[in-house]
Amino acid sequence: MPQLLLELFSEEIPARMQAQAARDLERMMRDGLSAAGLISEGMKAYAGPRRLALVVEGLPLAQADRDEELKGPRVGSPDQAVEGFLRKTGLSREQLVERDGLWFGRIHSAGRPTPEIIAELVEQTVRGFPWPKSMTWGHGRLRWVRPLSRILCVFDRQVVPVSFEGLVAADLSQGHRFMGSGLAFRARDFDEYREALAGHFVVLDVEERKQRIVEGARTLCFARNLELVEDEGLLDEVAGLAEWPTPVLGDMDPQFLDLPPEVIRTSMRTHQKYFAVRDPATGKLAPHFITVANIAAADGGRLIAAGNAKVLSSRLSDARFFWAEDRKAGFEPWLEKLSGVTFHARLGTMAQRVERIAVLARKIAPLVGADPDMAEMAARLAKADLSSQMVGEFPELQGVMGRYYALADGKDPAVAEAIRDHYRPQGPGDAVPASPLSATVALADKLDTLTGFFAIDEKPTGSKDPYALRRAALGVIRIVVDGQRRLSLTPVLQAAGDQAESLLPFFADRLKVALRDQGKRFDLVDAVFALKDDDLVRIVARVDALDTFLKTWDGANLLAGYRRAVNILKAEEKKGPLPTGTPAFVSEPIEEAALFAALQTLSPQLDAALAAEDFTGAMSALAGLRAPVDAFFTAVLVNSPVASERENRLMLLRQVRDGMGRVADFALVTG
Amino acid sequence: MTGTPPNSFQNLILTLHQYWSEQGCVILQPHDLEVGAGTLHPATVLRALGPKAWNAAYVQPSRRPGDGRYGENPNRLQHYYQYQVLLKPNPPNMQDLYLGSLEAIGLDPRQHDIRFVEDDWENPTVGAWGLGWEVWCDGMEVSQYTYMQQVGGLDVYPVAGELTYGLERLAMYVFGVDSVYDLPFNDPSAPGGGLTYGDVFLENERQMSAYNFEIADVETLKRQFADMELQVPLILAGKGPQGQALVLPAYDHVLKASHLFNVMNARGAIAVAERASYIGRIRDLCKLCASAWLEQQERAA
Repeated sequence: MPQLLLELFSEEIPARMQAQAARDLERMMRDGLSAAGLISEGMKAYAGPRRLALVVEGLPLAQADRDEELKGPRVGSPDQAVEGFLRKTGLSREQLVERDGLWFGRIHSAGRPTPEIIAELVEQTVRGFPWPKSMTWGHGRLRWVRPLSRILCVFDRQVVPVSFEGLVAADLSQGHRFMGSGLAFRARDFDEYREALAGHFVVLDVEERKQRIVEGARTLCFARNLELVEDEGLLDEVAGLAEWPTPVLGDMDPQFLDLPPEVIRTSMRTHQKYFAVRDPATGKLAPHFITVANIAAADGGRLIAAGNAKVLSSRLSDARFFWAEDRKAGFEPWLEKLSGVTFHARLGTMAQRVERIAVLARKIAPLVGADPDMAEMAARLAKADLSSQMVGEFPELQGVMGRYYALADGKDPAVAEAIRDHYRPQGPGDAVPASPLSATVALADKLDTLTGFFAIDEKPTGSKDPYALRRAALGVIRIVVDGQRRLSLTPVLQAAGDQAESLLPFFADRLKVALRDQGKRFDLVDAVFALKDDDLVRIVARVDALDTFLKTWDGANLLAGYRRAVNILKAEEKKGPLPTGTPAFVSEPIEEAALFAALQTLSPQLDAALAAEDFTGAMSALAGLRAPVDAFFTAVLVNSPVASERENRLMLLRQVRDGMGRVADFALVTG
Repeated sequence: MTGTPPNSFQNLILTLHQYWSEQGCVILQPHDLEVGAGTLHPATVLRALGPKAWNAAYVQPSRRPGDGRYGENPNRLQHYYQYQVLLKPNPPNMQDLYLGSLEAIGLDPRQHDIRFVEDDWENPTVGAWGLGWEVWCDGMEVSQYTYMQQVGGLDVYPVAGELTYGLERLAMYVFGVDSVYDLPFNDPSAPGGGLTYGDVFLENERQMSAYNFEIADVETLKRQFADMELQVPLILAGKGPQGQALVLPAYDHVLKASHLFNVMNARGAIAVAERASYIGRIRDLCKLCASAWLEQQERAA
């Protein structure tokens, strides 16, 4: 079956945009092709520094022909109506068919050749491509991420007539900017293309580029008895910066090893995009680095390594200067500077924010088991390093540097740790702050953010969450739940400001999402939330127990019994108010007596289990209801003609419903 | 052009002049006012606008009062040189032309690792932005390469390609020197011995740093800034012999205001909250000039 090969060749595409661009290209082409009725057997898109490419396998040579029947006017309609229909369909009167008193016209449309459709689709895709940022160049009006200079487009080994904005597709591409001949080459299908690229020093597939980098880097390290510090994010980035990625090992002046390792790694990573290496024996950073060059130089990269080493030295010299200056500066002047830094136009300065966090930390401390004075002090110092020169240069070292400077300044190590850890957790893979002190400051920091932005009505909407409030709320949830910190959320939110009412449901939503991500059923979370508890640890424990219970035979059957009870109660409620009061013991039927007895035992069991927050125990207590409820429904007619019997039985069912309702709102369990 | 790679700072400049001259650029001299970057030369900011083709290259002394270090930091200067190239419209082979200039100064892209790394350029004081890259040579940024999309808030059409080389940094790399002050300024084998960059500029760094950080009189600067700001619309309202708005002198006054702001900033006289407002005021002035210039250019075309 025929194959389509498309390449859009441009100047260097930003590394961070490449992966999404490949996905967008694939999606737009797939949607366009299938809208035209062209279904492929498979497609794959590629992105690299200078090209987006797409191969589509198994496309038909043309669209299928289409036969359509169009309904026309009623037989006997005025001539104008019939004429109109003929004009519209291009048919003659003889071609119309009469059926059920109506005229019908059959239209046969021949399918268009696939290349025609591809040509239109390529133009449409290029013009509508969703680059995060795009530009025009020269005299052109076309927008692309950087100048687009060449289109290769072949279908079934023939060039597709794509032509717009001065770009004319051909069967030509070109290879590496510096290595190889630099001449254009011809490719009529994907195998030729891929092979020619490799011969012209271009690795097309990003996964292969990554593999080349990692393997090359490991080999270099191995030869020197070093170990590569792996870094996925950096790997993704450098794989988008080189068509012929070639790791080179360089040396760093060992005197810089007295800098904090985070500083060295950040300088290497953010400024230079180098991988760090460590000594496998000690696990400490070794005085070397790996850079990923775009060429395999004739001298084996000696010049490249030397040049990069020099650049790193001057970067680290700067860092050392900041490190020395910052340790001399001290916290007081930094804190003063924060009053000149706007946090948000409507939420005041950083200094005002620090003040709020300090006050809040003091209130939260006792709930988390931290010392209020220490918490307040740690909170006051937590943002000071934002004024330091090092953090000015490397914003991602906020907190980390604060800890170092606090230690250098002789502050309590627990305070220093809280300064570093109050930003945690910074992502799903990051741990929550361990100590109560750190947790206190972290909670105060996040709750101040949430309260502030909710107060100025900057709540997240849809995919927009510019202030990362969802992440802040999830951070609070994780600090509380992962750290098993027992507190009631409402008073804490009230301490942070006047947004508790709108923040509570926001937290409920975030918790639901978090639990769902852990594989917990959404409806179970709802069932527990309905109890209006705001102790997150307890909520999660309840959901866990409920989840386990409903997976048991007793649980599933009791749920069925519960529903039956509720349905009966609802139906009876429509006839008139349900009887109130407690049911009485009757000796007959025996099933009614048994249910009565079971409910009598359930109540104290539930009291005890819930008081002890033993939700598994509460579930087992409920499990004891399963057999009597089943037997009751099998043997006893609730809607007895004898009014007193009916009333007693309804009261029993009501007790079943309400008793179970103490553990969760089973009505909300849908699964 | 073939030739031996430059052996001094001034030779590096001459090599670039020679190279870009051969590509058809007018080789201009620096604008004779204090500016913070080569972009601010009217040969870039104003000439980027309008329909006319314009290819120019020049050195521009750039003043960054806040970056002064009294001559004590080997990498930072309050006065340094930028080499600026503006090609309007950008030719399709502009990247190749640029790489040719690196080869001319001795950076062989088959020996050195040259990379185009995303960097979207923006200059808020002149309301300008574009997309492009920082160009890396063995991990060091040697140039800024931009397809200018807007200047003074106005679309640049046809698009102009802008190249900015940080000359000292580039020279330090080419000559393998760790301190800017050790750069050979002229041919080291010149009769009587060559001079270093330090021989020429160290004293300048010391005196200017002291002035910028300690001596500059804030009240005077503020007054002068206000004067310049008032002048711009007045000058623009004046008419030249052909009835045209006086954009060029007005723009010079914007540059003066901009430099006064930079000195005040270095002097620590501008609170963080005020900064944005000053930048906004300069941008507004710049926009006035840009609009007037564009109108003139379009009328002329």
